[in-house]
Amino acid sequence: MTKTKTDQPGDLKYAETHEWARVEGTQATIGISDYAQDELGDVVFLDLPWDEAGSRELKSGERFGDIESVKATSELFIPLSGKIVRVNEALRDKPELVNGDPYGEGWMLVIELSDPAETEKLMDAGAYTAFLETSGH
Amino acid sequence: MEEVSNMSADSTTTGALKRTPLYDQHKELGARLVEFAGWEMPVQYSGVIEEHRAVRERAGLFDVSHMGEFTCVGEGALDFLQSMVPNDVAKLTENQALYTQLCYPDGGTVDDLLIYHTGANGNTNEYMLVVNAGTTEKDWTWFTEHAAGREGVALTNVSGQTGLIALQGPRAEAILQSLTETPLGEIIYYHSLLGAVAGISCRISRTGYTGEDGFELYSAWDDAPALWDALLSAGAPHGLLPAGLGARDTLRLEAGYCLYGHELTDEISPLEAGLGWTVKLNKGVDVLGREALLAQKTNGMLRKLVGVKLLDRGVPREGYPILRAGEQIGALTSGTMLPTVGIAAGMGYVAPADAQPDAEIAVEIRGKAVPATFAPLPFYKRGH
Repeated sequence: MTKTKTDQPGDLKYAETHEWARVEGTQATIGISDYAQDELGDVVFLDLPWDEAGSRELKSGERFGDIESVKATSELFIPLSGKIVRVNEALRDKPELVNGDPYGEGWMLVIELSDPAETEKLMDAGAYTAFLETSGH
Repeated sequence: MEEVSNMSADSTTTGALKRTPLYDQHKELGARLVEFAGWEMPVQYSGVIEEHRAVRERAGLFDVSHMGEFTCVGEGALDFLQSMVPNDVAKLTENQALYTQLCYPDGGTVDDLLIYHTGANGNTNEYMLVVNAGTTEKDWTWFTEHAAGREGVALTNVSGQTGLIALQGPRAEAILQSLTETPLGEIIYYHSLLGAVAGISCRISRTGYTGEDGFELYSAWDDAPALWDALLSAGAPHGLLPAGLGARDTLRLEAGYCLYGHELTDEISPLEAGLGWTVKLNKGVDVLGREALLAQKTNGMLRKLVGVKLLDRGVPREGYPILRAGEQIGALTSGTMLPTVGIAAGMGYVAPADAQPDAEIAVEIRGKAVPATFAPLPFYKRGH
């Protein structure tokens, strides 16, 4: 596996499946980590719940979409429970934003948290970095 | 995030992984190394799309030393090979190469391979056979079992002594010419010459697996690192990039080339794979698989290789069902987003009667039917 140094910002929470959550008030923005985008390589397509903003409730751990790189298809899992508020429309035509800016323009969803206490179960940046190092990543 | 499907470059085997002579070069270049057919190989360096474009627009350098090479020498070598492969080895002139296959008696494919005529001395002919990495042992057994008891056929497995580097792309000739006195303009497609590149002896072959002009260089295993380094340096001003198995797969798929284990398998014949132009059943030799292949030509085939292009968003992958009116009529054997032609497409098999060019079809992607159409192969042709 690559020894490329990846970046794990300190203001985010991380899941073992490599999604991140930026919690602000009662909402959270969701994306995938720098490590995850690096593993995937060139992202060419995202299947996100484009038409389900305002309607769909997700339970933590539930699959919310698929991400396709040239090399592989992977499933995406929501790290926290909540209702979809917004989906990043820019990723329809520019999926490569996930590679270029995974914590910024490459965000995927904003959700309204239904159980904010779940945040405690996610890893902070230090724990996620240690997880990447110890789990053979 | 969890991977559920991946492209042809990734595969899994167990046991210690083999390394090519260029392993240190790949590490130094920061390649992402993956397991492929029992080898630890670079899948990408800077990124699959960037490497793919470099090959289409400038040049790319591939380590394909994992491929297997056998020599076949002797007074009986030509007759032996003629009995083993459906293409006509007798047509080869010295230094010429031939694309062909090995077939089972039922017409299924053992492997596909290149045969080079590497020398003649009176009645003695010398050939080099180049086979796929994942099938090298199976092919070696196949050849040696069939050669047993034959006079005048000496087979040698030289895979472990042979390095193989592919230099591909429109700038390949200019880059290589700067390192050799061999007049490359005199080597036409599917021909080769022995020469020296950067002072290193090698067979310079105008062949490849990308759909671009280019060369494949067979050297001694231990000379491969110096050859690789010289090519990278000479290529740098031309925009050459090292390219991994990821780009090799997207390039061959765009160019419509079959990959063994995908479009060609134990069960699929070269005729079904659209390789009829390489199958010469009237060459006057009872080649292995001849009866079955003749029957397919006469009675028709079970399946036909087709190109499939998505009309809506999505990425097709190996194994995805091909649908018509909600019914499965076939399956994909390869697929991805094709970087140069800019479409999501793949290859797969349907019954010949179902391969109607204007048929309304779909590809089933994780439960969803995504509209698609049959598309002529290859998806990409140089100069178009």
